[in-house]
Amino acid sequence: MIKIDVDMTKCQHYGQCVFEAPNVFKLNDDDKLEYTATADDSERANVEAAIDICPMQAIFIVD
Amino acid sequence: MTKPVVIVGASMGGLRAAESLRRFGYSGPIIAIGEEPYPPYNRPPLSKEVLAAEVSLEAVAFPQRPATADVDWRLSTRVIGANLAGSSVETDKGDVIEYSKLIIATGLRAKRQDYPNNLFVGRHVIRGLDDALALRAALKPGAKVVILGSGFIGCETAATARKLGADVTVVGPAELPILRPLGREFASEVKRRQEHAGTEFLMGRRVVDLIGDAVVEGVVLDDGTQLPCDVFIEAIGSHPNIEWLEGQDIDLSNGVVCSSNLNARKASEGYWPDVYAVGDVASFPNPIFDDIPRRVEHWNIPTECAKYVGARVAAELAIEAGAEAEIPTADFKPIPSFWSDQFDMHILAFGLLGLADESRLIEGDINDDFVFGYYRAGKMVGVAGIGMRSVVQGYRKAFEA
Ligand SMILES: Cc1cc2nc3c(=O)[nH]c(=O)nc-3n(C[C@H](O)[C@H](O)[C@H](O)COP(=O)(O)OP(=O)(O)OC[C@H]3O[C@@H](n4cnc5c(N)ncnc54)[C@H](O)[C@@H]3O)c2cc1C
Ligand code: SF4
Repeated sequence: MIKIDVDMTKCQHYGQCVFEAPNVFKLNDDDKLEYTATADDSERANVEAAIDICPMQAIFIVD
Repeated sequence: MTKPVVIVGASMGGLRAAESLRRFGYSGPIIAIGEEPYPPYNRPPLSKEVLAAEVSLEAVAFPQRPATADVDWRLSTRVIGANLAGSSVETDKGDVIEYSKLIIATGLRAKRQDYPNNLFVGRHVIRGLDDALALRAALKPGAKVVILGSGFIGCETAATARKLGADVTVVGPAELPILRPLGREFASEVKRRQEHAGTEFLMGRRVVDLIGDAVVEGVVLDDGTQLPCDVFIEAIGSHPNIEWLEGQDIDLSNGVVCSSNLNARKASEGYWPDVYAVGDVASFPNPIFDDIPRRVEHWNIPTECAKYVGARVAAELAIEAGAEAEIPTADFKPIPSFWSDQFDMHILAFGLLGLADESRLIEGDINDDFVFGYYRAGKMVGVAGIGMRSVVQGYRKAFEA
């Protein structure tokens, strides 16, 4: 299990993360980011790719 | 002794290249050489939220990962020359470093204009952390700010300076701000919203001289108008950092011109199999659009390039070391993506809007949130919107092969 944290004071809801880890991140109907707080270990690489591509550098894996 | 992979340029492109090499299993030595005194940091906030709040390295530094802890970062070090036939680079510290593979990630620097009265105090550009620190100190409430250049960075800086209480005039040679690549209708809307928030535009004008003895006190426009100012910012585009490669057999006609797998092209014929380029400095063909090499100055490009190059280089070096590995053969075809924040305008775009011969409103309302499509010969080459992010994202599919 990995634990995911998004700093919502930084996040600008650009949704770049959605393409890298669609099982974890999505934009809701109001264009706001929603994400699952935990994910399977198999998602780690995707979440790391999302961390790299987040313009606001708002995503963290809490180890 | 094993020769290192040498990365020249220690910013986002350089960092992501190092991370990617490790991710794809390369465990040998990596030397990353960077001219700036800082570890890799994120540039976009330097014209936006970080400039509006407090500029510091902590606010923008990229987190360092354990996997790249053993990278030999040589900061405050400039590469002054290369010998591609001899596989080495030379630094301003007098070191000649031989490489197994060279990754060029030297990016761009801000352009400056020359004036008859070429003052430098009270005059700014925004590319690096030092630039933003100097500018932040000058942006006091009530300061008179003139920005030359009405592209994304000029407009974002205008918005930030307004938020900080400055008087802002943007001087731009074009007819509308961000006309290229947004197109006339979209650009008019950006201008209208900027003006509504208090930014003044003098379009179709150039700055031809500076006023002041030692410090910039104003600028002179090409129609003779004199604009007094406390802060003068040049945001007129950028120039690839390629001088250190001059004299080598390498195509520098537009940054470092690359093959479709990001290998640097020779000026004579063919390419250098051990030399790659990533990020803003790299000019590469993108099969999503056509086979013409272009530089793409968008934030997602260094990361995409680095992912691709890291995988290739790791496989090439594994094979050279006698291990079994497969060199990825898929084309490099990243979907360009960018965003821009100006006041409460959040612009999100995908594709290469600049290629379009036509653009039109495809969703929403021009006075509110909306989405434009960009077309070349009838085929979508880009999409951009203010707000409506999920809609914009939906159109991104048009570029997925
Ligand atoms: C103010 C600003 C705002 C931006 N906003 C956005 C945005 O909102 N959206 C978006 O999509 N993009 C934006 N961008 C663009 C984005 O930041 C760039 O695409 C990205 O930084 C490019 O990274 P890079 O590593 O290729 O090059 P760079 O970041 O330019 O890094 C190159 C590094 O190489 C070093 N170097 C150069 N020459 C040498 C040498 N000879 N020896 C050693 N080191 C050398 C330089 O000092 C520098 O540190 C913005 C850029 C700026 C400056
Ligand atoms: S990429 Fe970053 S800023 Fe964008 S929605 Fe995801 S977390 Fe938020």
